[in-house]
Amino acid sequence: MKLFLSARRCACKAYALVFACALLIVLSPSARAVTIERVVSPGGIEAWLVRSPAPMIALEFSILGSADQDPADKPGLSYMAASLLDEGAGPYDAMAFHERLESRAIELSFRAGRDYLRGTLRTLKENSDAAFDYLRLALVEPRFDAEAVERIRGQILSQLRRDSVSPTHLASRNWWATAFPAHPYGQPVEGTLDSVPRITIDDLRSYTRRVLARDNLKIAIVGDVDAQAAGQLLDHAFGKLPAQAELTHISAAVAQGLGRRMVIQLDVPQAVVNFGGPGISRGDPDFMAAYIVNHILGGGSFSSRLYREVREKRGLAYGISDSLVWLNSSALMIGSTATRADATGKTLEIIEHEIRRLAQEGPTDEELVKAKTYLKGSFALGLDTSNRIAAQLVQMQIDKLGIDYIERRSALIDAVTLADAKRVAKRLLDSGLLVTVVGRPEGVMSRESATSKEGG
Amino acid sequence: MFNRLISLTAAVLATAVAAHVAAANDVTHFALANGLQVVVIPDHRAPVVTHMVWYKIGSADETAGKSGLAHFLEHLMFKGTAKNPSGRFSQVVATIGGQENAFTSSDYTGYFQRVPRDELKAMMEFEADRMTGLVLTDDVVRPELSVVLEEQNMRVANNPSARLGEQMEAALYLNHPYGRPVIGWRHEIEELNREEALAFYRRFYTPNNAIVVIAGDVTADAVRTLAQEIYGKVPRVAEVKPRARPQEPAQEAPRTVTLADPRVAQPSVSRYYLVPSSTSARPGESEALEVLAHILGRGSNSRLYRSLVFGQAIAVSASASYDSTAVDATRLSVSAAPKPGTTLAQLEAAIDGVLTELIDKGVSGEELDRSKSRMIADAIYANDNQRTMAQWYGAAIATGASVEDVRAWPERIRAVSADAVHEAARRWLDKRRSVTGYLVKDARPEDKRS
Repeated sequence: MKLFLSARRCACKAYALVFACALLIVLSPSARAVTIERVVSPGGIEAWLVRSPAPMIALEFSILGSADQDPADKPGLSYMAASLLDEGAGPYDAMAFHERLESRAIELSFRAGRDYLRGTLRTLKENSDAAFDYLRLALVEPRFDAEAVERIRGQILSQLRRDSVSPTHLASRNWWATAFPAHPYGQPVEGTLDSVPRITIDDLRSYTRRVLARDNLKIAIVGDVDAQAAGQLLDHAFGKLPAQAELTHISAAVAQGLGRRMVIQLDVPQAVVNFGGPGISRGDPDFMAAYIVNHILGGGSFSSRLYREVREKRGLAYGISDSLVWLNSSALMIGSTATRADATGKTLEIIEHEIRRLAQEGPTDEELVKAKTYLKGSFALGLDTSNRIAAQLVQMQIDKLGIDYIERRSALIDAVTLADAKRVAKRLLDSGLLVTVVGRPEGVMSRESATSKEGG
Repeated sequence: MFNRLISLTAAVLATAVAAHVAAANDVTHFALANGLQVVVIPDHRAPVVTHMVWYKIGSADETAGKSGLAHFLEHLMFKGTAKNPSGRFSQVVATIGGQENAFTSSDYTGYFQRVPRDELKAMMEFEADRMTGLVLTDDVVRPELSVVLEEQNMRVANNPSARLGEQMEAALYLNHPYGRPVIGWRHEIEELNREEALAFYRRFYTPNNAIVVIAGDVTADAVRTLAQEIYGKVPRVAEVKPRARPQEPAQEAPRTVTLADPRVAQPSVSRYYLVPSSTSARPGESEALEVLAHILGRGSNSRLYRSLVFGQAIAVSASASYDSTAVDATRLSVSAAPKPGTTLAQLEAAIDGVLTELIDKGVSGEELDRSKSRMIADAIYANDNQRTMAQWYGAAIATGASVEDVRAWPERIRAVSADAVHEAARRWLDKRRSVTGYLVKDARPEDKRS
């Protein structure tokens, strides 16, 4: 029996204080249902809300403008700012702030990404007023005390030192730097050992002043709270933010370096491999077909082509997968694996062969059918905690999918034909790969492009 | 039944704990005639179930010289049976979009699926089938051994900090098999084979050595009927002996271990103390150790973080943890990473300062209350995650606890007094029963030891 996802739209209804539009998602043929309500607070702040009986509230939100907004000479600025938002705010220094959060079991954190700053809040229901007040303080009155700034700077630098000798990080960092030269995406989100020491308190304040605003805010709440109470909490936490951000425009970019292979020597027994190229953007009409094709190639289950050929048949790696990555200014397909030094060449050969074969021949009808049933079922099964549901609802808002997306999703998947999948496989996988290898792979050398001979 | 002691709780938690208690009381537990134990944790928020099978068998039950066998067998359990050959189980899970995986520890091996409620019966049939029906050929065993060796490369060989962890465990246990890595020593993994895996399987995979945990949109009655019909048919194929592993002698000498690797860019110092587990401890002792570890080193309000990272500002991180879920004596660990300019010797001295103060003076009422409230809230948050709940019950029961023990955990934590924490610190933070590990770039004497 398949997990059946369907939805029914209800009429939007205006309340005196809170405007809410609810969408009913029936997660099974049974009577129980999860409702997504669109809540607009009295102050005009929108959030998607799912009411849940657990005695807690989970909140997730995103604000447009993160590492992409870092000055070219100061990568890591937004990452450091995000790490400092909960390190002292309003009347409380870092120690007092943490003590207050812990004594009420409130979990509050912020993290920077390439395009979005994201925040997470989890609280017991009876502490929700306090929790949303601490969130407000963190967003509106972060202190950036010298003590906290130096402490967090030290922690980031420590992590960057570890990363500087980690094969996984080196493979990824070099991949992004090569794919996006002279673009913010080429810079590490966490910054560098050179840039992080130069970030000043003024830089941090300037970032939060410029970016933390209400106009690009996406919010979702899952918990034991009704629309009216949610509206009040939203106004309290986010109402004091300025109306508009001042964002620097980021130009669109396509991954460079296709056909290139970079070998970075590091004395480790296992070589780490990253591979990828341009993807297909979330708004592209071919996105769903690409999503299915990617699942067949190297998606998360134990049945992808790469998993079968590299791991199951030959035992060359513990893990191998790839995924579509969609950003505001680019789209990518990126995969990774790790294999022993003397098998690195063979593993790369298999990866390249499988990608070429899928590009040229497309998937089989049976693969397409199986991928569709997997992707239809896995969506709801992946939503296993309140915070994960909330994060998914934020992503749906970012991706402009509409509050009825879950209702439409299965039909979008079913609409992909074998001809679509074959056409999009070629579009997605035929442009060549940028490959980074970190380790001491035997017989694998850097090369500038696919046409040049190995040994360059 | 549950003894309500809510009046003792901090007021902020009262409602939530009451709700948690209500949920926990719904957990049921029964055994089938063949000895299989079944735990049912209702969670009706979505029409989904998490189905887990736990075997009370882990790396500490391996024969010396065959390290890694329990974990290798876990991998091989996905290779099929006569009835469901070559990956059919995984294919069915994938077709419905389900999640599946498996895990091995020193004391248990577990398998799980998260699937739509209506698929529970199919999952039970697959698991019941592979409980005794595994078929292995060299064609599938050999590539899987390579996979495990790559897993060892990924988790350990490529990672200096994990290599130090292995060496410290080995030094902490003078006699007990917990000193062996769960994944195995590489030279022994390389020699594992089909026959050994099957022999291990036949010895330990039997319903009387297994626990089925089902969390999700089910009722105990429905699960009981299904379990009797499906798991009830699996024959006992082996008798299970008590898990009598070689125990630790009196430990009399602190040990130190240094791992030097040119790839260490951030040095660190860690210490493992040998302490009782929730199963081996005297009543209340393990709970006191949990509170002690929290006060000592969880998060930025902890003693270690406040002293080393905030106050003295000589460390970039400092933490402590206690892994209570084990059959035999386990470890309480403390670790910190220095800021540039601080030596490991200075850092270790500062850690010892924090520990000594705690051993001498105990803990304050304020930090005791704050820590206990935070820990009890974890139990409430755990209710939000079906897999966490199933894992919590499964791991506890697989290491000797009862359903009632798990259910009463918030009450047991609440009952911990400042005196009990102080006593646990005095008794168990004993350097003679410890190993200290240094992770360094090169083994210069000043970095090595205090």
